[in-house]
Amino acid sequence: MTDNINSNSVNDNNGIKPNNINNGIKANNIKFIQGNEACVEGALYAGVDFFAGYPITPSTEIAELLSKKLPEKGGKFIQMEDEIASMCAIIGASLTGHKVMTATSGPGFSLKQEALGYACMAEIPCVIVNVQRGGPSTGNPTHVSQGDINQARWGTHGDHAIIALTASNHQDVFEVTVDAFNLAETYRTPVILLFDEVVGHMREKLIIPEKGELPIVDRLRTSVRKGVDYHPYLPREDGRLPMSDFGAEHRYNVTGLFHDMWGFPSNNPQVVRELLHHLVDKIENNVHTITRYKEHYLEGADYILISYGSSARSAIHMAKNRRERGEKVGVLELQSIWPFPEVMVREKCANAKAVIVVEMNMGQVMREVKACVDNPSKVFLANRIDNKLINPTNIKTLLRIIQGRGV
Amino acid sequence: MAIKDYIRQRYFPQMWCPGCGHGIILNSLLRAVDELGLDKNGIVMTSGIGCSARISGYVDFHSLHTLHGRALAFATGVKLSKPELRLIVPMGDGDALAIGGNHFIHAARRNIDITAIVMNNRIYGMTGGQYSPLSGPGKKATTAPYTTIDNQFDVVDLSIAAGASFVARSTAYHVLECIDILKKAIQHKGFSVVEILSQCPTHYGRKNKEGDAAQMLEVQKNTTAKLGSKALENDPTLIPRGIFVDIDAPEYCEEYDKIVQRAMKASQSGKPEEPLVNPLIQQSCVTQ
Repeated sequence: MTDNINSNSVNDNNGIKPNNINNGIKANNIKFIQGNEACVEGALYAGVDFFAGYPITPSTEIAELLSKKLPEKGGKFIQMEDEIASMCAIIGASLTGHKVMTATSGPGFSLKQEALGYACMAEIPCVIVNVQRGGPSTGNPTHVSQGDINQARWGTHGDHAIIALTASNHQDVFEVTVDAFNLAETYRTPVILLFDEVVGHMREKLIIPEKGELPIVDRLRTSVRKGVDYHPYLPREDGRLPMSDFGAEHRYNVTGLFHDMWGFPSNNPQVVRELLHHLVDKIENNVHTITRYKEHYLEGADYILISYGSSARSAIHMAKNRRERGEKVGVLELQSIWPFPEVMVREKCANAKAVIVVEMNMGQVMREVKACVDNPSKVFLANRIDNKLINPTNIKTLLRIIQGRGV
Repeated sequence: MAIKDYIRQRYFPQMWCPGCGHGIILNSLLRAVDELGLDKNGIVMTSGIGCSARISGYVDFHSLHTLHGRALAFATGVKLSKPELRLIVPMGDGDALAIGGNHFIHAARRNIDITAIVMNNRIYGMTGGQYSPLSGPGKKATTAPYTTIDNQFDVVDLSIAAGASFVARSTAYHVLECIDILKKAIQHKGFSVVEILSQCPTHYGRKNKEGDAAQMLEVQKNTTAKLGSKALENDPTLIPRGIFVDIDAPEYCEEYDKIVQRAMKASQSGKPEEPLVNPLIQQSCVTQ
């Protein structure tokens, strides 16, 4: 049974491209590493050159590795006094024209929310990694959870749009990390990488693509010349806003207040309304472009498992196993969670007898699925909330109940 | 250049109350920049939230108006990522030392080359006159109708203890002294703190019966004295003004540049990095 991936025709063998292993790939490019390290490799490939962070389990390896690797390429690493300061520092560094990232987990992600909202409002490209652990509060630092899905969406106050990506294996961790930087530059927005403890700490194979194999989006800088009025917050016709680095010839104001096209504070109702529309529309109107997902055994599936991150690994395992027994079970693996790919999910689930959302929280993505499918009553939740990785048997148990076959 | 060449006239008149000391400090700061002949493109002014923080919008530098208390954290990111820029960070007393207190001491500890200006009017003006960590005990505020019982920080002592390599104090009244101190602070390589006593006649002055702006400026004149002056010797209750600390110490971005050189060298040679003695430790050994 084939295992199709939407974006290209590569077979999914934990993301490894099997035909290439002995075919032009340098041994140096093949790694056996943790997911957190794969994230670092992806960030470096994308061109990160500034990282500010604060130690927190289970994300700390990202900071540790970048503290070594960034100065090797002339980049900068700083361990700040807390997660708030880390988030603020990367925003400052982005304004001087650098690709920036921070990494954290639960409590640190909570602390970053205010400055995350600032980056949304001031439209500063940056990447925030959240390697999810058990919560709320200090929760369960060394164990897995996917409980921050809604916090990624609504953690900061006020209406806004956000992009959040995720991945279930290291090849995908690498690729969505590159993607995160690209989307941050394209839309001038913070992008959240929602990994989890299992993906972050698990070791598996990663093949680092050659330079040029994956597209890289660089900072779009203004072509407005010195002495000509530059409007930092006046979108071009294509919606993008070219930037000017701090230190370059254009001096302008950046603020978290509602602001006009020069970046100066304004409470003019029209300015406020138009800016909020712009902030939301630039992302929500591009949901199709931003949407990333994979299909595993989905063709003709009667029972569709929707999953993401490490729980998708168990869902894929279960689906493969069922297919081998002739049962039409498939997996829709989400790689972009926000903006939620409503239309895609509705279309994929249109003919399913049941949709089972597999996640390690109390139904945060399930609620989104229920809200977008034609028949919400056929949507079920297979979850674990004990900070243990959900396993195929957990999912199979629910599937058998839904099928009326008992356990 | 004329002072007006340093401001964004489009955004005037400014939003401060009549009699506020912040406009005087803005003037002193711009004169300091002018006298130093600095390139406007080389300056980033980063500020937080509050009356003082609005300064950044009015100046014709690169300006970054950020979150309450976080200006120094943003400034650290700007500075470390592009060390050739000069960072000037005006803050209010609440902004710098209540919500921003942690960032303040850590920026000082790193001795990163940023000029921090604490415009101390001893009150939260923008929110309508609540007491701040610099109000001190026995003061009236909208959140202290029975007077405050909180002790205040001494900004100078705190900055020195935290590791700032330039620490000074002046007032809105002492304009010429203020210009001179700000010039030295901006030129100083390392973390510099300038506390400038300012007046808020609208909230602090009214609540604490200190009179109008002119009378409050008189208070600044009469309750302070120059370091080393006879007046201070005769009356130790006066608040000392002047430069308390001005030392050469390793600056954070320069130290990080050395890390970059070592890391690049080690990475190119493929040999592991040899441990080096931290120059900060070396220096403290010498001074002790």
